[in-house]
Amino acid sequence: MIRILKYVTLDILKNRIVIIYAVVLALFSWSAFGLEDNTSKGLLTVLNLLLLTVPLVSVLFSTIYVYNNNEFIELLVSHPVRRSMIWKALFAGLSLSMTAAFILGAGLPLLLFADPATALIMIAAGVLLSVIFIAIAFLSSIVTRDKAKGIGIAIMLWLYFALLFDGLVLFLYFQFADYPIEKPVVLLSALSPVDLCRILILLRLDVSAMMGYTGAIFKNFFGNGWGLILSFSLLLLWIWVPFRVSLQKFKKKDL
Amino acid sequence: MRQPIKIFLRLLSACLLWVGAPLHTPAATLHVGNGGPFTKIRPALAASHPGDSIIIGRGIYKEGNLIIDKPLFILGEGMPVLDGEFRYEILSVKSDRVTIKGLTLRNSGHSVLNDPGAIKVYDASYVTITDNILLNNYFGIYLQYAAHCIVRNNTITASQKEEHLSGNGIHCWKSDSLQITGNRITGHRDGIYFEFVTHSVIWRNIARNNLRYGLHFMFSHNNAYITNYFKNNGAGVAVMFTKHVIMLNNTFEENWGDAAYGILFKELSDCCLSGNRFIKNTTGILFDGSNRIVVTRNVFRENGWGIRIQANCMDNSIRQNNFMGNTFDLATNGTLMLNQFTDNYWDKYEGYDLNRDRTGDVPYRPLSMYSMIVERNPPAMLLYRSFIIRLLDQSEKIIPTLTPEQLIDNRPRMIPYNL
Repeated sequence: MIRILKYVTLDILKNRIVIIYAVVLALFSWSAFGLEDNTSKGLLTVLNLLLLTVPLVSVLFSTIYVYNNNEFIELLVSHPVRRSMIWKALFAGLSLSMTAAFILGAGLPLLLFADPATALIMIAAGVLLSVIFIAIAFLSSIVTRDKAKGIGIAIMLWLYFALLFDGLVLFLYFQFADYPIEKPVVLLSALSPVDLCRILILLRLDVSAMMGYTGAIFKNFFGNGWGLILSFSLLLLWIWVPFRVSLQKFKKKDL
Repeated sequence: MRQPIKIFLRLLSACLLWVGAPLHTPAATLHVGNGGPFTKIRPALAASHPGDSIIIGRGIYKEGNLIIDKPLFILGEGMPVLDGEFRYEILSVKSDRVTIKGLTLRNSGHSVLNDPGAIKVYDASYVTITDNILLNNYFGIYLQYAAHCIVRNNTITASQKEEHLSGNGIHCWKSDSLQITGNRITGHRDGIYFEFVTHSVIWRNIARNNLRYGLHFMFSHNNAYITNYFKNNGAGVAVMFTKHVIMLNNTFEENWGDAAYGILFKELSDCCLSGNRFIKNTTGILFDGSNRIVVTRNVFRENGWGIRIQANCMDNSIRQNNFMGNTFDLATNGTLMLNQFTDNYWDKYEGYDLNRDRTGDVPYRPLSMYSMIVERNPPAMLLYRSFIIRLLDQSEKIIPTLTPEQLIDNRPRMIPYNL
């Protein structure tokens, strides 16, 4: 497994896209913090990067990568290696390089400019989001053999989680505005990893506003130790479930 | 015929006084404790004459309720402790021109019926209460029908748990011309409480971690509070049903909660608020039914809502303030807006300044649509900072439909004021 992992990681680095991704992230974050005298505005720019760009790049790059490496995968399958090993190594290689790119690109300026607790939460969220969307990419690339379709599914899933989901939730808020919906809303937000990350960061960035009545409910839920553990385990579940499903499919797939 | 007799009698009495004056002893100093002639305060009080000084030495005195009914100068040496044993009001001042200085007063009685305080002033003028430490009392310093009194540099601490079972740090009722200066108040119900108090000044006090308000103002006209610091009080500061209050240079910090405000203005009119700092409050200022208030050169930083201004407010002028890093700069509950916003610095302003006069060329609408949505539907706060919300906000900025048309700053400032 380690050897395959090495191959995959080297291959991705040779590809240079990940390096460019890291550089672009760095450019955006450094300029965000450098141009504004006000750190909270810089944080907002990085937050937008984190919630939109990071998932998009992760999901697209990984889907295309998996499709392009079909032949390499077939070659490996013909060797005496366990199939699950191949898939896991591929996943680990992609996750490692994307995560490293994110930490080098956006993580460093965050650590330098933002206050440590906020920076750590944002880096954790970015890393988790990267890995979650790689897992989603693996799932969408195993579902269909057609590359265009696979990439389409990946983009649709990104659209859904990053944009549509919030619209749907907002719609539900208005429909059920007359009911006490604070608690269902908390549950609902767990259904999208992007939302979950956004709320975790929101509780740090807009802490004063979140101390209002409903905010306090969320703060009590997400802000205390158990809430943090719960939300991070939910995020881990978001990695584990799509990857597990894709692994099962890969094991049985007729290549 | 009667008039000359009256004059004669007056002259006689004046002469008698003149002759009598040297007979009366000059102001004496009575020592209590520390090997002095008195071991307790009560006999010293009884033996004293108006104008005397009583110096109380180090020690713990448990003497129940002490009534001061003549002008006296009461000084503690080495912060002697007067203990109310949770049963008595410790000092009752019932005379003008009393000075109380350098005492530690602790454990006053707790009673909702007659509101005992560590020091209670009844209907007296020119009372000075300075440099005392008050610990764990029901009410700290209680002034009623007082005038020209000075409360200065006292440290007032309690650890009260429930609002309805606790008293205020400095409680002033139906008084006039007070000076409340340099006190530190924590753990009471309200830090400083003013009701029917006029022509008074509150200066350089620190009120923090009180159960309800740091400063509570009601029906108290023509007062000023200047350079005070209010932090983390249960509901911030409330100024209500009052006219002509001047609020300068105060700091309001970390008043968190749904009903907590940096300041709550309720039914307030003709006031001036300038040079204050509102930092990390859930709501910086709430305007409710308030008119003709000038809010100028204040800083609103990292609040949930900078200003919440209800539609029942009129002719307030909000100008030359800095709004920086607030989640929402402004919120309102209706579509009517009769207040004026001008020359403020808004860090969310995205306009330009072609003629370089430091004033933006495009007007700024400080009310984001999402703050209106959250106002009507609070749980929607959870969606804040998501992409869809930003889209909605942007389109609302271009074509306002939900937000009041008049809520606009026509001269937004490009760079923050140096405040």
